Amino acid sequence: MPQVANIAVSILFDGLAYAMFLFITSVGLSVTMGLMGFVNLAHGAFAMAGGYVVVTLTRTYGVGFVPSLVIAAVVVGAVSVVFERVLYRRLYKSTDLEQVLLTIGLAFMAIATATYLYGPIPKSVPLPEWLQGDVNLGFRYFPSYRAFLIVLGAVLIAVLWYAFERTNIGAKIRAAVDNRRMAESVGINVDRLFTLTFAVGSGLAALGGGLAIQLLGLSPSFAVLYLVLFLIVVAVGGLGSLKGTLLAALVLGIFDTGGKYLLADAGGFFVYAVTVVVLLIKPAGFYGRE
Amino acid sequence: MAASDTIGGTPRQRATDYLLRRHRFRMAEALPWLIAIAVFFIFPTRMTFGSQVLVMVMFALSLDLILGYAGIVTLGHAAFFGVGAYTVGLAAARLDWTEPISGLFAAAIAAGLVGFVTGWFLLRYRGLTLLMLTLATAILLQETGNLRSDISGGYDGLPGLTFKPLLGVFDYDLYGHTNYLYALTVLAIIFFFVRRIVYSPFGQALTGIRENVRRMHAIGSPVHRRLVTVYTIAAAIAGVAGALFTQTNAYVTLTVFDFDNSAKVMVMLILGGTGRLYGAFVGAAVYMVLEDYFSKLSPTFWQFGIGLMLVLAVLFTPRGILGLFERIGDYLAERKRS
Repeated sequence: MPQVANIAVSILFDGLAYAMFLFITSVGLSVTMGLMGFVNLAHGAFAMAGGYVVVTLTRTYGVGFVPSLVIAAVVVGAVSVVFERVLYRRLYKSTDLEQVLLTIGLAFMAIATATYLYGPIPKSVPLPEWLQGDVNLGFRYFPSYRAFLIVLGAVLIAVLWYAFERTNIGAKIRAAVDNRRMAESVGINVDRLFTLTFAVGSGLAALGGGLAIQLLGLSPSFAVLYLVLFLIVVAVGGLGSLKGTLLAALVLGIFDTGGKYLLADAGGFFVYAVTVVVLLIKPAGFYGRE
Repeated sequence: MAASDTIGGTPRQRATDYLLRRHRFRMAEALPWLIAIAVFFIFPTRMTFGSQVLVMVMFALSLDLILGYAGIVTLGHAAFFGVGAYTVGLAAARLDWTEPISGLFAAAIAAGLVGFVTGWFLLRYRGLTLLMLTLATAILLQETGNLRSDISGGYDGLPGLTFKPLLGVFDYDLYGHTNYLYALTVLAIIFFFVRRIVYSPFGQALTGIRENVRRMHAIGSPVHRRLVTVYTIAAAIAGVAGALFTQTNAYVTLTVFDFDNSAKVMVMLILGGTGRLYGAFVGAAVYMVLEDYFSKLSPTFWQFGIGLMLVLAVLFTPRGILGLFERIGDYLAERKRS
């Protein structure tokens, strides 16, 4: 295969895998922010928590990698409900600033707790045989783990799309994102809907955190380091839009990977440049409501 | 004096009286300055740390202008601090421009320009979009610095800078005495400037924008122009703080642009209390002293502590430490009366 095409395929493949990670982790944030307008800077902390649950389960208890991912999503999703009920709900009607402060505070506490329990050094997980090495796709080899990420991402997108567009709950969520007051006045319990989406979103973030261990490495600073990316995906995609989050994840994932392949020095420059350009032209993001 | 006591008068006169009354100095306002001077004599060996506190007070004060008075929530205020810090750092390292006071002016102009240009574009936006755009501004500046690490020194920064003696007379001593008094003088000048702004009609207009943008539009206030103006001023002041940071530490690295730096200054301001000028003093001093003590004990413990303080502050004392004192004062006054 010619060199140029080879690099292009690598960028697309890695970018796609990265985009799937971004989508899985950010989609919950997008929906909860769309529903309540709540600026949740602790979302990255839930992702990090998921990652550490996976580390503990696989390393200490010898649970398999894939079952650990599922358990982490469920556990973190359940724990997040406690936070939502006890802390977040007090601030739904507060200003952006207060929400930012509360959730940054929570993120700091989460980072400190993770440092205390696991130390500052990045952790790794033992992967099953079938996720190591490369997989042959006919014309060339690709890393199995990234292929797994892409397949998993595609499945989750299909499931979420169905839940969002074809189920009763999905219709209620869309109605509440569009016009919360109207949805409430026709008898939709937005409060409970929010708790549900918050739990699912945090669970997905935890899943993303578990998947990130192999992809990006997991250390306590994960909670803040990647939070910025998740927020960017949400802002660029448009609050509460599944389609927008997916498109933003794809654009940012592929741009970031491409930037790092072609111009290693420029580092994160591309992601932020794209963000600024998109938001200046479309302040509410790709599919956001003005 | 008599004018402020009369209830009558034209509305214009009453408004003038109101502004003048607020602008008048109160006895308690001398307190932070007396403490700052006392610290100089009580802790002569901790003056380097003292200068850092003063720099952060100035930085927090600039944030108070836009966050506390105009209600602009930003996650990228470190951008201006960084521009100021690098203006002085690069001028000293690359151009051999080591005169400190002209350096401050250069930093103010550079940071003010960046503030004006970014503010002009960004202040049309609100909410999450604005948060992301301000954050991205700081990171883009950092990445630009990293891209040209041949000039900026990258993440290793510009170490071992030297500056000419202040006013050509006062040289820097090992204990940082000169630096402390220098920083205190600059802070005092900046403070009285900021104080004038917030008690002026312009400052009132900013508070109006914070409280109700729509109403300000409705009464014909040029909202965008006012916001850009205050953003530019705050950026210039943050730039001066950054320049002082570089001068008193004699080094600068790209970490000044970090998200952590933006978050830290916000935490200080919130801790002290927003929209009340002296909140910056209380918040920065309390934060820095606690950090100095606890982070030596255990950085992890300290980080948990800041997080907990933030959560508790939001839930129980939304108006900061000064707000808490005010409430206690009100409560006592109430009891005395009954």
